[in-house]
Amino acid sequence: MGTRWFGEPVQRLEDPRLLRGKGCYVDDLDLPGQLQAAVLRSPLAHARIVQIDVEAAMALPGVHLVLTAADLGDVLEPSPLLVSHDALDQPRTQLPLALDEVRYVGEAVAFVVADDRYIAEDALDLIDVTYDPLPVVADLARAVENTEALVHGDVPGNQAAHLVQQVGDPDAIFASATHVVRESFAIERSTSMPMEGRGVVARWEQQEGLLTCWISTQGPIPLRNGLAAIFHLPEHKVRVIAPDVGGGFGGKIMLFYPEEVLTPFAAIQLQRPVKWIEDRRENFISANQERGQLHDVEYAFDEQGILLAVSDRFLHDTGAYTPYGIVVPQITSCSLPGPYRLRHYYSEFKAVYTNKVPVSPYRGAGRPQAVFVMERIMDRIAKTLQLDRFLVRERNFIGKDEFPWDVGLVYQDGGPTKYDSGDYQAGLEKLKSALDYDNFLKEQQAARQHGRYLGLGIGCYVEGTGIGPYEGANVRVESDGRIFVSTGVTTQGQAHYTTFAQLVADQLGVAPEDVMVTTGDSQAAYWGVGTFASRAATVAGSAIHQAAVKVREKATRLASELFEAAPEDIEFANGKVFVKDAPHRALTLGQLAIASNPLRYSYGENARKLVEMKLLKGRSGPALPEEQGGPGLEANEFYSPPHASFASGAHGAIVEVDPRTGMVHFLKYVAIHDCGRVINPMVVEGQVQGGIAQGIGGAFYERLVYNPEGQLVNASFMDFLLPTSTEVPHMIVDHVETPSPLNPLGVKGAGEAGVIPVAALFASAVDDALVSFDLRVTTMPLHPSLLHSLIFEEPGS
Amino acid sequence: MQEQSFINAFSETREITVTVNGRRYTHTVPVRMLLSDFLRHELHLTGTHVGCEHGVCGCCTVLLNGESIRSCLMFAVQADEMFLTTIEGIAGMSNELHPLQKAFQEKHALQCGFCTPGFIISAHALLHENPDPSEEEIRLGLSGNICRCTGYQNIVEAVQLAASRLREAREEGA
Repeated sequence: MGTRWFGEPVQRLEDPRLLRGKGCYVDDLDLPGQLQAAVLRSPLAHARIVQIDVEAAMALPGVHLVLTAADLGDVLEPSPLLVSHDALDQPRTQLPLALDEVRYVGEAVAFVVADDRYIAEDALDLIDVTYDPLPVVADLARAVENTEALVHGDVPGNQAAHLVQQVGDPDAIFASATHVVRESFAIERSTSMPMEGRGVVARWEQQEGLLTCWISTQGPIPLRNGLAAIFHLPEHKVRVIAPDVGGGFGGKIMLFYPEEVLTPFAAIQLQRPVKWIEDRRENFISANQERGQLHDVEYAFDEQGILLAVSDRFLHDTGAYTPYGIVVPQITSCSLPGPYRLRHYYSEFKAVYTNKVPVSPYRGAGRPQAVFVMERIMDRIAKTLQLDRFLVRERNFIGKDEFPWDVGLVYQDGGPTKYDSGDYQAGLEKLKSALDYDNFLKEQQAARQHGRYLGLGIGCYVEGTGIGPYEGANVRVESDGRIFVSTGVTTQGQAHYTTFAQLVADQLGVAPEDVMVTTGDSQAAYWGVGTFASRAATVAGSAIHQAAVKVREKATRLASELFEAAPEDIEFANGKVFVKDAPHRALTLGQLAIASNPLRYSYGENARKLVEMKLLKGRSGPALPEEQGGPGLEANEFYSPPHASFASGAHGAIVEVDPRTGMVHFLKYVAIHDCGRVINPMVVEGQVQGGIAQGIGGAFYERLVYNPEGQLVNASFMDFLLPTSTEVPHMIVDHVETPSPLNPLGVKGAGEAGVIPVAALFASAVDDALVSFDLRVTTMPLHPSLLHSLIFEEPGS
Repeated sequence: MQEQSFINAFSETREITVTVNGRRYTHTVPVRMLLSDFLRHELHLTGTHVGCEHGVCGCCTVLLNGESIRSCLMFAVQADEMFLTTIEGIAGMSNELHPLQKAFQEKHALQCGFCTPGFIISAHALLHENPDPSEEEIRLGLSGNICRCTGYQNIVEAVQLAASRLREAREEGA
């Protein structure tokens, strides 16, 4: 074997294009004859639609089409329930356009298509909708008790789902334990907020009967299947392409957003390409959100700080609809035990409708909430028993020789919550040393003498990654020796064009730049699911690896026949296939690819050279013998994981709090991360760093503020504060590697990890800094004014 | 006919001439067309991205007469007779990447790439003003651009790397 690419910080192959401004995001497409669409959205959180008058809008020059629910015919169907569950008694999904009732500010009411977006937006102003306001359910805590205000008139108590899971016998433990604590935690709404909003370009080609949609999505293949069903087209006549996608973070795995149906509907009706691009305000009020939960927790521990039992009852704000079922709260429920040996656990949640934007996974997907609760518990145990916070965690960790560890819960994918591997102790030790903990304690003391408040926070977590059901891969050597790879997942910045190329390069003895990876095109990969749940490298990566192994095997067989050499003597390096110790007996991969295809009409230099070498001999029987398994050096493989693989991490930070202003600054941030074997450390560290930045946003800056009328009052970047380069500190990222035994690469997912423990460790650090104020942070996100009021209004201040 | 006059105002057009990346363009545009839309959809220079349309995210940053501005906060007609540089022109006529672009690749300073052109233009303007910025000055200088993917650390390192290479090149040239 030549160079091994797995594990190397290979520079990204996708970068030069993006750096030159030559990327192709959905809004970069301008098709000939294209029209532009805009959406009229509900200004009220809950109202009956009495009447819609579109006459003036239709009359505006340049307007081609105005759609309301009444115009949609049999396309007026609620979007599919993506993930069903027995506990989801009252699922409700959204219509492409509201028919007689709107249930959140931002819900689509009408769709206008015009010569350009400016005119389309002018037309929105001319549509006259008469609303009859209905009682609004904005407050999660009160939503369940409310008998008057119902988001859906036929769903009593606004309760969409109710799930109970239990391990062991927590009640018995509570009855006898020395320490039992009850407290509540509140987690507010947040959102993915990718820099590129959503967008759709749809083109209908009448003669071919072909619908092509470019959609900024994380799941083009499920979209293709759905659009084919909606428009009664054969699946192969619908092509969905996720071109360059400017960030997803979960918000773009939702389907169908109304515009994903309305835009192709309009394109078919008008026989012209139609583009719809979401603007930032629309992203705030119509792209799915997450996080909102209220937890009531009871927990018991002994004198040694061993956590004996947890009982967690929580409300989950699902917004106005449940397109994603109960995936998010179920992940919360399963993630709460984390890296700890918890044998008595009761978990109960209610998913509750509110008149707010629907909820589906946002990076972290229910885990930041669970980790916040569990890590708050760990800190409380330490404080009560006057034990070191690191020590309490160490005493409760699952040991590295205790894997596989079955938590005893059903995971979101229907499989077991069964940890495959890990070494939590090693991670925490690395964290402690990178934070220079002993030295910090002295610094903290010294700083207090000078009136400065330093605090250290810890957050440990376990993350289920790489869920099924499957992904596939096609790997094919082309005649010029370069290798085509396609898979059904998408890319929103995760470097798949590079990391997947590394996997193939290792098998076929080429450089990564000779591997051309295609993602996100339903015509290049028929079967597939999408990029979410930290699954692309694990699931699609394993499929690609397996397909590349198959191609190598086929190439080896063929080369051994041509060279009349033993298969074990065939080697691959520098784009060539050759006989060991006889490097002159060599073919380029391109030549071998041509030789593998019994086609008379081969062109190009590789074909000519192959003929000159006179390796190809006459044969009896068919030109393509059955045992060759088809022409070419090509393989299709699928990989389906037995269940999720569990990555883990321990993050820590040192912060300084200014009690006078409530402002918190990071002085140091350390992330120790275990995602099994690492394909490209540069990429993984980038993923972790980016996740941490989002986590810092979720801990201290980003907060979607709804007023009692259900209006999002901070729907702009002026008011919803995304962290910038001055808020995100320098981060140290280091790894522990416990390979996953579940897949051939030993990898686990890394995409979501960074974000998960940040709010937990932020609370931990603030408490520690303000220990003299006897503070206990129980809400996330914090913000300076809230922290200030906690400091000066809490008892003990 | 109040409605009619408002339609007329919105459909009013004007001819403008702008020089973008060294090339002169004369176009007739609606007076209300944003400069960002003009660059992207009239000149098809789609490397300048639009992230918020209210002047906060910095994705649409371009150089106007050498200074960085947000092209979503200007009308195209306001750029009449002015000189613009976009991401497509940052490396001049060269096929090579600009030192900033190269450093962004080497330091893994981009993931989805959507905010990247804006960052590179802002960094370009920053290094023009201050060829040897400290880390803090870089962070402040880039705080008008939002990146949702990277966490900024690699962007800061890329700007540091490019700054040192540009200084070296200037010293060698001097």
